[in-house]
Amino acid sequence: MSVLSDSLIEDLKKQGVLVTSIEALYNWGRSNSVWPLQFGLACCAIEMIAASMARFDLSRFGSEVFRPSPRQADLMIVSGTVTKKMAPQVVRLFNQMPDPKYVIAMGACAISGGPFKQGYNVLKGVDRFIPVDIYIPGCPPRPEALLHGLMELQKKIRAQKLTGENRAKYFDAAQPGEYPIPSFGEHDLEPSKNAALWSPAQVARKD
Amino acid sequence: MDTSFSSQKEIDARERGGLGTERLEVAFGPHHPSTHGVFRMDVVLEGEKIVSLKPVFGYLHRNHEKIGESVSYLGIIPYTDRLDYLCSPTSNWGFVLACEKLAGLEAPERAQYIRVILAELTRLVNHTCLAGFLAQDLGAMGTPLMYAFRERENILDLFESLTGARMMVNYFRFGGCRCDLPEGWLQGVSRVLDAYSKFLDEFEALLTGNEILLQRTQGVGVLKADLAINAGITGPCLRASGVNYDLRKVDAYGIYSRFPFRVPIGEHGDCFDRYMVRILEMRESIGILRQAVREIPAGPIMDAKAKTRSIRPKAGEVYGRIESPKGELGFYLIADGSPSPYRYRIRPPSFINLTVLEEMCLGLTVADAVAILGSIDIVLGEVDR
Repeated sequence: MSVLSDSLIEDLKKQGVLVTSIEALYNWGRSNSVWPLQFGLACCAIEMIAASMARFDLSRFGSEVFRPSPRQADLMIVSGTVTKKMAPQVVRLFNQMPDPKYVIAMGACAISGGPFKQGYNVLKGVDRFIPVDIYIPGCPPRPEALLHGLMELQKKIRAQKLTGENRAKYFDAAQPGEYPIPSFGEHDLEPSKNAALWSPAQVARKD
Repeated sequence: MDTSFSSQKEIDARERGGLGTERLEVAFGPHHPSTHGVFRMDVVLEGEKIVSLKPVFGYLHRNHEKIGESVSYLGIIPYTDRLDYLCSPTSNWGFVLACEKLAGLEAPERAQYIRVILAELTRLVNHTCLAGFLAQDLGAMGTPLMYAFRERENILDLFESLTGARMMVNYFRFGGCRCDLPEGWLQGVSRVLDAYSKFLDEFEALLTGNEILLQRTQGVGVLKADLAINAGITGPCLRASGVNYDLRKVDAYGIYSRFPFRVPIGEHGDCFDRYMVRILEMRESIGILRQAVREIPAGPIMDAKAKTRSIRPKAGEVYGRIESPKGELGFYLIADGSPSPYRYRIRPPSFINLTVLEEMCLGLTVADAVAILGSIDIVLGEVDR
C-alpha cells in the first residue's frame, strides 16, 4: 500500500477502482465476522443475550452467530464470574478454539473477581489463565458497553499485520495456541496462575 | 456401573429380553447451550432413554452466604441482586423483609405499593424470558426469545429510570425504598402494561396452540402433587402440579391482601402446565399492576425510625420469605447485635425445584430432559449462590 498515496487511492475510488491489500481485505473480512462462543457464565450472560437481541442487535457487527461449539468460534466472551470449579473448563474451551482467537473479559468478575473477590471460590480475573484482549468494566456492563468492546476488538483485528516484524502472534509456530489447564490443588487451583501470562502488579516503593 | 437408579420397568424390560443396548454415560454441560448457565447433568442413557440423571452444580458458587457474614446488612442488598439475576427486585425484597422483621421496621404505604409494582414487573420479565428460553430449548431458535427480550427491554427501561440500573436495581431499603418515583414513571408503567396485554396475546397466538410446543411439552416431565409437596417444590412448578400454594395469598406479605388476584393452578403437572401457569400468572400480574398504579398514595417512602446505614438489629433470628417468580425465596438470618449477620442463609427456590429433576426425567429422552429443565426455570446464580 505504501507505493500508492492515500489521496491517489481516494481518487481511484472515485473512478470506481478499488485498491486494497490482501492484509486489509483479510482483516476486514475477519473483523466483520467474529463469531462468539455461545457460552454464558453468570449475570453478564443475560446482558450478552440482550445485546444479541433486537434492540441492540449484535448482528450489525457480524457477531450474531453464536456458536455452540468452540471449534467454530473466534471469540470467547467470558461473561460472568469464573469460579475455581469452572476455571479448568474455561481454559479447556479456550484451548479447543482454533487460532486466531480472541477473548473479551466482560464484567467486573471476569476482570478481577468483582464483588465476589473476597470469596474463597472465585478466580480473581480470568487473565490469570488465558490471554484477554478486551476488558469491559461494569457489573454487569450494559449491552452498549459490549458493543463498544466488540468494536474495539474489531479495530484491534484490523490492525494486525500478516507479515514483517510485528506480525500477529498466531503466525508464530512457537507461540502457544493452548494454555495449561489448572487442576484442583489442596487449597487453590494448581497452578494458581499462568506465570507466563500474568504476574502481580509491582508497586514501586519510595523509601 | 451403578444400576441402582434404573427404574424397575427398565430392568424388567431387559430381563424379558428387550433390546440390550450398551449403557452410555453422557456429561451434559457445564458448557452446553441449553443448561441455562453452568450446570451439568450426568446422564446415563440406554438407547435414547434416560436411566439415571445426576445434577451436578457448584460451577457458579460465589460464596454469597460467607461474604454476607462479613459485610453490613446494607452491603448485602447488592449481593442479593446477583442471586437471581433475572429478577433482582424480588431478591431485594426477600432480604429486606427478613431484616425488617428483625429490626421491627415497617415500610410506609407508598413504599409498599412501589414494592408491589416492582415485584410484579419483575414477574413479567422473568416469566416472559422463561417462555422465550423454553421455546428456544425446544428448537425455536431465536424468534420467541427475541420477542420476549423486546418486551423485557421496555420494563428494564422503567427500572433504569427509577433505580439507575437495568438489571441490578439495589433499590429496596430497610423500612422503605431508596428514592421516590421520578415524574411520569407511573404513566410509563401504564403504557408498558397496555402494550403488554397485546404482546401476551401475540405471544400466545404464536406459542400456546403451536403443534410442536404441545407435542414436546404435554405429558412430558410429569410431577405428581404429592412428590412436589414432599420435595419442597414451590412456585409455578408446584402450582402446575395442582397445589394451590402462593405465598402472596398464604402469607399476604406487604400489602398483597388488598389485591384480588387469582392463582392459576395446573392439572397434570407436565411441562405444558408449567408453561401455561406462568402465562396465566402474567395476566394476573397485569391486573395487580393496574390496581397498584391506580391506588398508589402520596407520602413518605421511608419508615421514620429507619436508619439505613447503621442498622444493627438486636440478637435474634428470623426467617423472611416471599413469592419470587421462581418460588419461595427465603432468607434466614441470625443476628448477634453486630453490624453484619452472624449467619446468613438463603433458601433459593430454583435450587430446591431442581432436586426432582431426575424423577421427572427418568424413562424419557435427552430432548425431553432439555424441555423439563427449561420448564423448571433455574438461574444458576441462585442455585449455586
